[in-house]
Amino acid sequence: MRDEIAAIFEQVLGRPVAITDETDIVEDLGMDSLGVMNFVMAIEDFYDLSIPLDRVAQIQTVADLIQAVNDLRNEAAA
Amino acid sequence: MTILAKHAAYRLAYDALLAHGVDPLNVRFDSILSPTEGVLNGTKTILLGTNNYLGLTFDEDCIEKAVEATREQGTGTTGSRVANGTYGGHAQLESEIADFYGRKHAMVFSTGYQANLGVLSTLVGRGDHLMLDADSHASIYDGSRLGMAEVIRFRHNNPDDLYKRLRRLEGAPGDRLIVVEGIYSMLGDTAPLKEFAHVKRETGAYLLVDEAHSLGVLGETGRGLAEAAGVEADVDFIVGTFSKSLGSVGGFCVSDNPDFDLLKIVCRPYMFTASLPPGVIASTIEALRKLRAEPKLRHDLMRNATRLYDGLGAMGFQTGPEANPIVAVTMPDQGTAGVFWKMLLEAGLYINLAIPPATPTNASLLRLSVSAAHSVQQIDQALDIFADVGRKLGFLPSDRRRAAGAL
Ligand SMILES: Cc1ncc(COP(=O)(O)O)c(C=O)c1O
Repeated sequence: MRDEIAAIFEQVLGRPVAITDETDIVEDLGMDSLGVMNFVMAIEDFYDLSIPLDRVAQIQTVADLIQAVNDLRNEAAA
Repeated sequence: MTILAKHAAYRLAYDALLAHGVDPLNVRFDSILSPTEGVLNGTKTILLGTNNYLGLTFDEDCIEKAVEATREQGTGTTGSRVANGTYGGHAQLESEIADFYGRKHAMVFSTGYQANLGVLSTLVGRGDHLMLDADSHASIYDGSRLGMAEVIRFRHNNPDDLYKRLRRLEGAPGDRLIVVEGIYSMLGDTAPLKEFAHVKRETGAYLLVDEAHSLGVLGETGRGLAEAAGVEADVDFIVGTFSKSLGSVGGFCVSDNPDFDLLKIVCRPYMFTASLPPGVIASTIEALRKLRAEPKLRHDLMRNATRLYDGLGAMGFQTGPEANPIVAVTMPDQGTAGVFWKMLLEAGLYINLAIPPATPTNASLLRLSVSAAHSVQQIDQALDIFADVGRKLGFLPSDRRRAAGAL
């Protein structure tokens, strides 16, 4: 899943990125609020889900993002 | 280091503008002469960025009504309607707005901002789903944070994206409320409301339209985009403001919802703030009467809007997608936008400098708003000033194209 997310980052940022679970999406990747929004929407398209704004606000690292996507998928399946 | 040090990034951005000699937050008019003219540092200046769409701020009758009501009922209500009661004017304005929209119910707020805070935080609650256009006005975002509903953002003006997100919610309990705007305040683009209405019907959601910039501007009788698009029956709630086309201050919501009166006992931004003063209510009632009685205002407004939009486009400036009273010119970067704005001001033209994060897609914009009260000569004068500054800054696209062609 981290590889999928890395590919989406590259697609949105237009440059290769190296990420780990600890990568801070805003600080380490230099994304502004518009970049974050475009990135979140690309993630949403890819995994066919919507991440509510309060959850977006809680996501800081790649690990947080993976957790959020997994939680939302589980909720949808439940 | 003070308690405000956490906002240092904003200070940096502001300082960068100040370094160019540009201070958009410190424009101090010596006086305002009319809906279209003010005096700035001793210079007569055309106002082309004040949302004064129908130019009613100096209307003799509106002023007279405000003065009369102030004399008779005082300068303020000194409290909320819950605490200090409803004045005759509040009730009259509510019934006239309801009548104008052909709706059963209307509710007046102290600002449009508070109308959105109140309505959005109350219509949906815990377990419900609030669907916001990504380019929504700050008051819509803030209203979404005041309530307990789950907030989902869809791509700007994209009914397919909205549909996809509503479909993902299939089977989940709770109400769905879609929120869009009539005319978007930065680029002047309108929502594809017919398509949104279709999505609403298809998915059983409720639809709210904020007609802040389209009241008195769009539609056969000036009711806004819902009227222009012919989908009023699909719109469950309309929110709007008196602070633009009606030339005063205040907000409202209208609806046919049979439980509408409940809003007045649960809506905190209605209950816990002072109601509008009698003078404001009186001028608003008169302004609404003018809006209804004088369609010429709307026609003059659109004539001016089209002239400005076409004129800027013909010079090669990059404008928004459609001719509306809000005309946005996209600048290559923030610095250029700031300098352009300052030179316009020095040449006697006041418009808005709109820079990130207040703009969609992080663009730096020169934002203009036209009034019915502008004369054709004033529009042409504004176009001349634009051409002049564009040439001085050496970046009128026609010049650039010529330069590029020479390569
Ligand atoms: C779309 C939109 N909604 C609401 C508002 C708030 O209106 P008001 O100035 O009455 O608070 C504005 C204007 O600022 C707006 O552009």
